Amino acid sequence: MTDQKGTRVRYLKQRLGFRLLSSMAILTILPIIAVVIYIVIQGAPAISREFITGFPEDGMRAGGIWPAIVGTFYLTLGTAIFSVPLGIGAAIYLSEYAPQNRFTQMIRISIINLAGIPSVVYGLFGLGLFVLFLNFGTSILAGSLTLAIMTLPVIISTAEEALRAVPQAFRTVSISVGATKWQTIRRIVLPEALPGILTGVILGLERAAGETAPILFTVAAFFLPRLPNSPLDATMALPYHLFVISTQVPGMPIKIQYGTALVLLTFVLSMNIIATVIRSRARASRQW
Amino acid sequence: MDRDLNLGEMIITRLINIAGYSAIIFVGMIFYFLLREGLPTLNEVNFGNLVSNRWYPIEAYFGILPLLGGSLVITIGATLIAVPFGIGTAVYLAEIAPRWVREILKPLVEVLAGLPSVVLGFLGMLVLAPFLRKYLQLPTGLTAFTGSLLLGGMAIPTVVSVAEDAIDAVPKSYRDASLAIGATKWQTIWRVTLPAAKSGVTTAIMLGVGRAIGETMTVMMVSGNAPVLPGGIRALFKPARTMTATIAAEMGEVATGSVHYHVLFFIGMVLFLISLLINITASFVVFRQRQRQERILS
Amino acid sequence: MKCFRFLLPLLILVFIPACSPPETGSGTSPSESQTIENKGSDTIVNLALAWAERYQEIHPEVRISVTGGGSGTGIASLINGTVDVANASREMKPEEIESAEANGIKPVEFVIARDAIAIIVHLDNPVDKLTLGQISDIYSGKINNWKEIGGEDRPIVRLSRETNSGTHVYFLEEVVRLGEKGNQTLFSRDTLLLPSSEGISAEIRQNPNAIGYDGLGYVTEEMKVVAVAEDPEGRYVMPSAQSVNSGNYPIARNLYMYTNGEPAGVIEEYLNWIQSPPAQEIVTELGFVPIKP
Repeated sequence: MTDQKGTRVRYLKQRLGFRLLSSMAILTILPIIAVVIYIVIQGAPAISREFITGFPEDGMRAGGIWPAIVGTFYLTLGTAIFSVPLGIGAAIYLSEYAPQNRFTQMIRISIINLAGIPSVVYGLFGLGLFVLFLNFGTSILAGSLTLAIMTLPVIISTAEEALRAVPQAFRTVSISVGATKWQTIRRIVLPEALPGILTGVILGLERAAGETAPILFTVAAFFLPRLPNSPLDATMALPYHLFVISTQVPGMPIKIQYGTALVLLTFVLSMNIIATVIRSRARASRQW
Repeated sequence: MDRDLNLGEMIITRLINIAGYSAIIFVGMIFYFLLREGLPTLNEVNFGNLVSNRWYPIEAYFGILPLLGGSLVITIGATLIAVPFGIGTAVYLAEIAPRWVREILKPLVEVLAGLPSVVLGFLGMLVLAPFLRKYLQLPTGLTAFTGSLLLGGMAIPTVVSVAEDAIDAVPKSYRDASLAIGATKWQTIWRVTLPAAKSGVTTAIMLGVGRAIGETMTVMMVSGNAPVLPGGIRALFKPARTMTATIAAEMGEVATGSVHYHVLFFIGMVLFLISLLINITASFVVFRQRQRQERILS
Repeated sequence: MKCFRFLLPLLILVFIPACSPPETGSGTSPSESQTIENKGSDTIVNLALAWAERYQEIHPEVRISVTGGGSGTGIASLINGTVDVANASREMKPEEIESAEANGIKPVEFVIARDAIAIIVHLDNPVDKLTLGQISDIYSGKINNWKEIGGEDRPIVRLSRETNSGTHVYFLEEVVRLGEKGNQTLFSRDTLLLPSSEGISAEIRQNPNAIGYDGLGYVTEEMKVVAVAEDPEGRYVMPSAQSVNSGNYPIARNLYMYTNGEPAGVIEEYLNWIQSPPAQEIVTELGFVPIKP
């Protein structure tokens, strides 16, 4: 009798507990959806062809944000050029070559640390090394390199996970028919792990595209009337542009601020969605 | 032909090795540059000044305590938000949510991780700060608390994804055993699954804290940036200036090689060391756990 | 430490070949256009931007890039030799001139406009005049509630620009310290340091507790400008082009551009144009005070 009552109480507690946790999850998710929807609603009226492909006019209070879009595109591209080969290389090393020893453990700790370094410290480092010491000036090159190092840990860890997920048997079979280690990696392991690697790359680049602090002192320009001509030019960039127009330009129409926020959000979220789709497709079609 | 192949293989292996070491090299280089530009501070600024509670660089007051304090207050606030919500969401996703809910919610949490900090700062400045000023009856909405709220939100995805992985990694047999002796699912979660995932969950919390300390743009835009040494809990509802915001706001100004320039790098060094401490501790927890799990599984 | 010296060139070797120049669709090649790098004061940046836009309409062959960041930023870049024209809302300090000369840079000064600093409050704030002494007491923390100066019973929230802004330095010297040499008064610690003028405007617009200061060019209809008197017996004056040029408004200053050496070529032409009537008309349009010819 009491036992039954005890059971009922226990299950009541469980029901309440589950309620609590699910409402916490909802409270976590709702603001995200609210933020996205709010920006879409506020920003949509600003979006037009001229806004996307036009140059800023009237002290950036009118016209478009094309130079910032192009700048962010170049920066993302530049980041990819440096971080993708290096990141995938490092992932291959960790999953296929690295011995189980203290040194490898140090590499892993370094990667975790790289991931944890505050973005503004990357900015300082980029300023110290690329802008001043190597004399690249505030340039796309300096900014891309800074962002590349920042995105490296994301790419390495997701790519390594993807490589490790490829069953050992694949490698054994390939080696046993006479392929070298590199041939095995290139023809068997990499193709199998490609979707996972791609996901990591896109998530890493997404972070690079949205960051402001690392580009503050390394590349970003307040206003450039034309597009950059070389990797040694400074450029405008979407996140910094949003920062500038929301804090530094007087009499800025709020529409343009939200419009810029929406473009940035679209840029970043579409990368996010692509990554998610690639990952879930890969999971669904995995045969092993 | 065969030699060509070997040569190619050798070069590739070399390159891969270099790429593998790159993480260590970069951490070393970052630390080296911070030291190189930051350490001169100790010669140029006397120690009493550096640990004073007045930060006013244009008059050569370089007390970094208010900045440390500001970072601390905002981070504590953010942690108080990110931990319960992050862990709660992680438990919900890993243990309770039906599969389809999980498939929808997980990517949504990742969207939060991808929201650019400047977008959140922008909304914080325009929407959240005025709202908080009105409803909490504060003199201004640009406070440490506003920063904490947004930073807490930004740290949640980190906490959720690491904690969820850890909870997910607890062997199913643990749960089955607990359920078999008559425990409810709820009891199993609290008394078996979470304790078993303890170290992973700790790591999640630490990484979340790390994320909050390092955040820059959002904090700079919403927390008022007044370099006041916080005293007591009320400091949470007053403006605060963090180390990160100080670097971002002032670095552009300083002449290369000046005292102020060195002090800002010094602050960068402090930030670097804090994140190093957090992450090394977190990674040792991970490694210990991995070893223990291997022991259990074998 | 040695090992980093060794690794650096190695890393560069790895990076450089990978870096191919991104091709731009539009934009002229550098050979046919001349670039002027213009950087500095946030107070001037919008003016500089308007000038750059207008000038490039007349002279499409000139390319002017404008960046803000604060007077200190511009001057630092001039010292480092990375800009052609530095904008500053204050005069260069002697130590800055010194370090410029040490770098082989000879700064030449141009006054390009004048600016009144307006004291601004929320539209609903009943306070509409203050003396310099009261403003100083507010910012140094001696006055903490609006009722002490005839307003409502509300705490005062002090807003200021970041310390890298020339406006901040000017305000410290001429208002907080009342222009007295040897006066060591500082801003009250709890003064909010906002990264930009617009940050101040945004807070003033919605917060009835706030007081801020900013260049006249930043003042919009959504905030209230307070009349200022030099002392309690003096006349309270609103900032305007007239009151600045007649010397009646007490918080006004020159705005500067600096070049390295006497400017020549495109830069000289640009600076001459800036001082000409059509460019000075833009100064008025943006709410600044034109220089007298």
